[in-house]
Amino acid sequence: MFFFSSVKSIATKIALIACTAALTACASSGVRATDGIYDPNEERNRKVHAFNVKLDQKLVRPAATRYSSILPDEIENSVGNFAENLGQPSIMVNSILQGDLRGVGLSVARFLSNTILGFGGLVDVAEILEVSEHDTDFGETLYKWGAGEGAYVELPALGPSTVRATTGKVVDLFTNPLSYMLHSPEKYYGTLASTSSRLSDRGRYSSTIDSILYESADSYAQARLIYLQNRRFSLGDEGSALSADDPYSDPYEDPYAQ
Amino acid sequence: MLNNITRRTFVALASSSVAIAATPSWALTQGEARKLVDSLVAKINSVIGSGKSEAAMIKEFQGIFRRYADVPIMAQYALGVDGRRASASQKRSFGKAFEIYIARKYGKRFREFVGGKVEVKSSRKINAGYEVKTKASLRGSAPFEVTFLVSSKSGKDLFFNMFIEGVNLLLTERTEIGALLDRNGGNFDKMIADLKKAG
Repeated sequence: MFFFSSVKSIATKIALIACTAALTACASSGVRATDGIYDPNEERNRKVHAFNVKLDQKLVRPAATRYSSILPDEIENSVGNFAENLGQPSIMVNSILQGDLRGVGLSVARFLSNTILGFGGLVDVAEILEVSEHDTDFGETLYKWGAGEGAYVELPALGPSTVRATTGKVVDLFTNPLSYMLHSPEKYYGTLASTSSRLSDRGRYSSTIDSILYESADSYAQARLIYLQNRRFSLGDEGSALSADDPYSDPYEDPYAQ
Repeated sequence: MLNNITRRTFVALASSSVAIAATPSWALTQGEARKLVDSLVAKINSVIGSGKSEAAMIKEFQGIFRRYADVPIMAQYALGVDGRRASASQKRSFGKAFEIYIARKYGKRFREFVGGKVEVKSSRKINAGYEVKTKASLRGSAPFEVTFLVSSKSGKDLFFNMFIEGVNLLLTERTEIGALLDRNGGNFDKMIADLKKAG
């Protein structure tokens, strides 16, 4: 009984948020520049970027290096698995909203096998059983619903994003049914695990992230370009490809072409 | 006069038909494109499995880039429109600096592949040649897609671009070189000096 009433309240909340989100995302999707980058707030974004770099330098990077060096890889992996498993119900909800039945099936299969057979999600049994990985978020739901990408934004602490993806992030704070069913402190295990898991990734991919943040000539432009390309790739958004720099254009025709 | 024109036309026609006749011998087949990437992937796998020091691995990657990639065309693309302003000698020294820079930078990245493996998945025809998709599986992370664009337009079968999960290497490097140029007020020599220190 409790379950059904909470599902109902989640559903209404999501529907409400979704409507406003779709509206804001549509309203803010402006014209895109020919290079596929629409960044009207570049000045402000660059300030946030400078802050993020400093934050990484002073806090995140040292913490991540320590976290990664103290904990054995196995434990780091378990924390990562645990965080990922807690995210599955949110992936399920978004798959439903996208009408993606396969995605719904995969996220349910993953969540059940990892929770029941994988000691509450510590072991990724689904990977052993070869259940394909499926990841989605409300930003993708908005994309599937036809909302425009909107301007590029760099968020404090969270890094590169777009208006659409940011709206998605906010909505995703509410799309996980677990957060409605669990009470504190269990409620916060997920947040703690996902923060740890982010630290773990920062530690593990340390040299790649360092090379972008500290070794490139313009780390802001580099992070923006990499984020936008990767995000569009994972959405399968061919239409927003960096058109002037069509990756499949033939450089042998005119390598100096813009 | 007329004679002169016809002769010129004839030479032009003759050379263009030579070019057409020569095309088939350059043209790359799908099988060849896959073979190139297969052997490139085998080389990368053997280097990351060798357990050598970072410096030694980077040296090996530099060799791999020289053997499998069309570094000159990559360098030209990375320079972009600005390249039109550069002198021949500037282009040459940029090309050299770019080759070392790219091997160092991506050699370091490949080091993260240690313990993982890369396998060829599929291929298809594109304008300049073929696109070959591979799957990289690393320890402790979900597999990701690495795509190579292969062409024989240089006269040899070589890859000229690479995408890691949709991130275009050439575009990334064009942004980087552009930023280096901006930082140096558009001065090529200073930019090349900076590039030698970068990566």
